[in-house]
Amino acid sequence: MKTVFKDQFEFIRYLDMLGGRSSEYYVKREEKDFSYGIFPWEREIKEHLRLGIINLDKPPGPTSHEVAAWIKKMLALSKVGHAGTLEY
Amino acid sequence: MSGVLPIALEDSVKIISVMTHTVKEYIALMELHSNVSENKLREIVEMFVGDIYQRPPLRSSVKRSLRIRKIHEIEILDHVERWVLMRVKTDPGTYIRKLIHDIGLLLGVGAHMRELRRIKTGIFTEDLNMITLHQLSEAVYLYNEEKDETLLRKYVMPIEYGVAHLPKIFINTYAVDPVSRGAQLAVPGVLMFDKNIRRGDLIAIFTPKSELVAIARAEMNSEEILSRDKGIVSTTLRVIMKPGVYPRWTRKISDEKAAAGI
Repeated sequence: MKTVFKDQFEFIRYLDMLGGRSSEYYVKREEKDFSYGIFPWEREIKEHLRLGIINLDKPPGPTSHEVAAWIKKMLALSKVGHAGTLEY
Repeated sequence: MSGVLPIALEDSVKIISVMTHTVKEYIALMELHSNVSENKLREIVEMFVGDIYQRPPLRSSVKRSLRIRKIHEIEILDHVERWVLMRVKTDPGTYIRKLIHDIGLLLGVGAHMRELRRIKTGIFTEDLNMITLHQLSEAVYLYNEEKDETLLRKYVMPIEYGVAHLPKIFINTYAVDPVSRGAQLAVPGVLMFDKNIRRGDLIAIFTPKSELVAIARAEMNSEEILSRDKGIVSTTLRVIMKPGVYPRWTRKISDEKAAAGI
């Protein structure tokens, strides 16, 4: 998996590829001011975690809910959720 | 049950509903209660591809009303005596345990699910940076004890991955703050956008540096956004970016831009 990108265009092409999108865009105007914000792959680690997703290989046994609670504790975060239970 | 389970940390929790309503793929092991011929098995399994009625099982987290779910594919990978290994691709909210029970009923011999592993949900597959709890705890240890964030950074993906499947709109620097406060997006704020947006679509709004700002509902299709000079492009549904990161739009900036002819 790629973790560092040349620019926003390479990042978006990569996301669209993962999402199964054709990545065809209309450009209405171009931005010249890049003095604000930060590229997603350059966030400092605390921010990276705050805005993070983990693709977990859930072990059989514990519920999805239990696993999410363990990760919350492990990373000392205030909120952790899971996308789609994996019980039945 | 094991396999791919996307975990959203802190503010990523806001996009869970967007990540959940995606196509899933499973590997399931069915145990038949009596032997059936290969031909019969294939014939019956084929009948379950397409739209099926399903009532959620007793032990489930949703209302137990009859629902219609689409089974995209069922591939029989192996069949040895009473064991059938299969790959199932379905709409979200389909119970594989129930599907297998129903296949058993139609086969006339009965069946139940012995093992289930999810191999895909939305963009998340076993090949996309999937990690075990053990690997995660190692990464956390290195970060806490050795101040080494390399592994943790590698294992955790930015929130933007969670909206990879949505059409995207990029907005200019001065449109970011209003949208991050819940405002609708208007045409003059748009930089670049997916060619295939239809009115009513769920879309993802990005900054010029490709940071996720919000999830929104499109109020125009791509051709309308392209041809118009004003109007509402989208209604903001869920804000991810904190307000105040990008500059506030002021009359002064507006005047300066006008003076500079931007």
